[in-house]
Amino acid sequence: MTVTRPAAHPGVIADVTSGEVALRAFLRGLPGVDQVGTEQRAAALWSRSIKGESKAWGLDTAVAMVDLTTLEGNDTPGKVASLCAKARRPDPADPDCPSVAAVCLYPDLIAGAVRQLRGTKVAVASVATAFPSGRASLATRLADVREAVAAGADEIDMVIDRGAFLAGRYGQVFDDIVAVRRECGEAHLKVILETGELATYDNVARASWLALLAGADFIKTSTGKVSPAATPPVAVTMLSVVRDFAARTGILRGVKVAGGIRSSKDALRYLVAVREVAGERWLSPALFRFGASSLLNDLLMQRMKLRTGAYSGPRYVTVD
Amino acid sequence: MTVQDHTRHGYGPDGYAPAPQARSVARLRPSYGLFVDGRFVSGGGGQMDSINPADETVLATVEVASADDVDRAVRAARRAYDEVWGPMPGRERAKYLYRIARLIQERSRELAVLESLDNGKPIRESRDVDIPLAAAHFFYYAGWADKLPYAGFGSAPRPYGVAGQVIPWNFPLLMAAWKLAPALAAGNTTVLKSAETTPLSALALADIIAQADLPSGVVNIISGGPAAGQALVGHPGVDKVAFTGSTEVGKQIAREVAGSAKKVTLELGGKAANIVFDDAPTEQAVEGIVNGIYFNQGHVCCAGSRLLVQESVAEEVLEALRRRISTLRLGDPLDKNTDIGAINSAAQLRRITELTDFAETEGATRWSPPSCQLPATGYWFAPTVLTDVAPAHRVAREEVFGPVLSVLTFRTPEEAVAKANDTPYGLSAGVWTEKGSRILWMSQRLRAGVVWANTFNRFDPTSPFGGYGESGYGREGGRHGLGAYLAS
Repeated sequence: MTVTRPAAHPGVIADVTSGEVALRAFLRGLPGVDQVGTEQRAAALWSRSIKGESKAWGLDTAVAMVDLTTLEGNDTPGKVASLCAKARRPDPADPDCPSVAAVCLYPDLIAGAVRQLRGTKVAVASVATAFPSGRASLATRLADVREAVAAGADEIDMVIDRGAFLAGRYGQVFDDIVAVRRECGEAHLKVILETGELATYDNVARASWLALLAGADFIKTSTGKVSPAATPPVAVTMLSVVRDFAARTGILRGVKVAGGIRSSKDALRYLVAVREVAGERWLSPALFRFGASSLLNDLLMQRMKLRTGAYSGPRYVTVD
Repeated sequence: MTVQDHTRHGYGPDGYAPAPQARSVARLRPSYGLFVDGRFVSGGGGQMDSINPADETVLATVEVASADDVDRAVRAARRAYDEVWGPMPGRERAKYLYRIARLIQERSRELAVLESLDNGKPIRESRDVDIPLAAAHFFYYAGWADKLPYAGFGSAPRPYGVAGQVIPWNFPLLMAAWKLAPALAAGNTTVLKSAETTPLSALALADIIAQADLPSGVVNIISGGPAAGQALVGHPGVDKVAFTGSTEVGKQIAREVAGSAKKVTLELGGKAANIVFDDAPTEQAVEGIVNGIYFNQGHVCCAGSRLLVQESVAEEVLEALRRRISTLRLGDPLDKNTDIGAINSAAQLRRITELTDFAETEGATRWSPPSCQLPATGYWFAPTVLTDVAPAHRVAREEVFGPVLSVLTFRTPEEAVAKANDTPYGLSAGVWTEKGSRILWMSQRLRAGVVWANTFNRFDPTSPFGGYGESGYGREGGRHGLGAYLAS
């Protein structure tokens, strides 16, 4: 590990990131994460029943936490324009409906989205670092970030080198994140762990700590290109890490769950996990996000149902 | 509405908006009879009210069995044993058991709500634990009914005849299932007495038994207090006594049947140690501690009421534990988001209060979440943690049977074992460590019928359950559970 540590971190973090040996010792010294217990806890949280006022509040909050995403090879400026219009005003029939947190796109589409969303509160997020595999030289990955930032991205969603992580080269992963962090400048950094490839909850907890120590503003479950993507027990594990990180450093960091979250019911239960595992402070788009595309329409339909008392169906929300 | 509004809304400190389960699905009737010889009849012991412990209202009036009623029930069971159930091939008995299991599943919502009303436990637990496990026990033992010669009790094991079964109030329907399913699979007939404060779900089960067309007299279910229990246990026509409840009553029963030909199994109290080592998965250990002592308001004989935590991590674990306990929701048992329900009776609340107050006079430090507010009516006790508890304190030795955790520390594995075993009880224990070899080392040394490793309060019909010492004798569940109802 060669790169100097980020300046913002207080002493407790400085100690464990002082070198490869200290970092490795810290990550390996974390308490284990028991699989059965974690899954049991997630299942219990998912059995909560969210009704009435809680549901109304949760649906609005979830809309405001959405990173409206399209990450396809066939994305075009036209598709991006309509996505941005939707992000700004998700429900044309309801002026009270909040706008989403951000749109999330490939780097070459950022400039167009920035133009579309100028003057709104919707942020522009770019995936970068040779998303989704991250299989490119560090120089290429950093260039990717630089271009996205130059195009006006407010947020960068990077991927970690899962190969290096699984090979035990924690220092390398750390250095990569620090290097990306530096390229980000003012942009917020979300670090995608791709938990589906890390496989164990122990790895999820270690990678979460690693990313936070290296300066991530958010830790994010998945690219959406690997199955499984976000799962309840993975979210519970990551939420407990940001809570513990805050307890030890006083720094609040966020969690983004991405991939496979399509229903309002699921989104409301993620908010239950946010509240009960991390704490109420995390119930804000500043600290929790959903990376999703089809989820937004389900949230809108459920909002409509609460407002009108009738479930109108998909023809009453816009396609994107 | 902005996202900063959450403190005034459902995800705020007040918790979630009410999500009550409809009470009407319980199909509560104003009065219930005794179930004797296939019919609901009135009892000679008068009537008693069954109270909802969450609001102290009367749920229903229940007929109480007199000694004559017990006698009638035992005679009905004897006749059914001699004429129908005893001679019936195992594969035919199995069909009835499968039918009961399926009916429990079909009527699971009704049973869950009824159980939460009568007992005070959260609907989440009755719905997700009590009722599914009750059905699972019938399914499991139904599978044994035609395989008894291969169960390891000789080539021609025989049932004892008539079983007299007395169950507690903490898991009313589940305990009835634990008692009835193996007894019936083995070919016995039974008279079961439910607990005085929780008669309703057993009577709903009687209705299911009638619906399943079980031959008259094979199962008889009676309600009443200690007098009915004594009449049943002492009845000369009873061949086998099975009791789950307090150690005190268990001892009386053992004295009562001593010198008779009656077989006895007793599942009594406990004072389980939940042992957390410094290399435990902390987050899940905290869940396990919470589940160990606050599940069912701590009304669990195998509750992890003594937390033994390694001194080097005690602060850290206790801090995480307090934070977690602060998120528990206490209140209306029928609300689907309630974690802690009502204490089952005024008498039990008095006992918990008395023991916890006494612990403070002995020097223990008491903590409950400051945000926890108790409803104005009903019987309630906040989840409580007692620190600075010494092994000599009463609260570290006596069963509280409530949501009260005593915290003790240890330094070495040997000391953990010594402290865990320092009790006349021996029903269960928990071990939390990432080291597999230590789990095995500990399990061999802990004097407990069940040792849970990196989990707690997990039940399965295939797994035998029972105690050492003053926690009783005999096993329920699994193949071993058949042994309690078979003469080899």
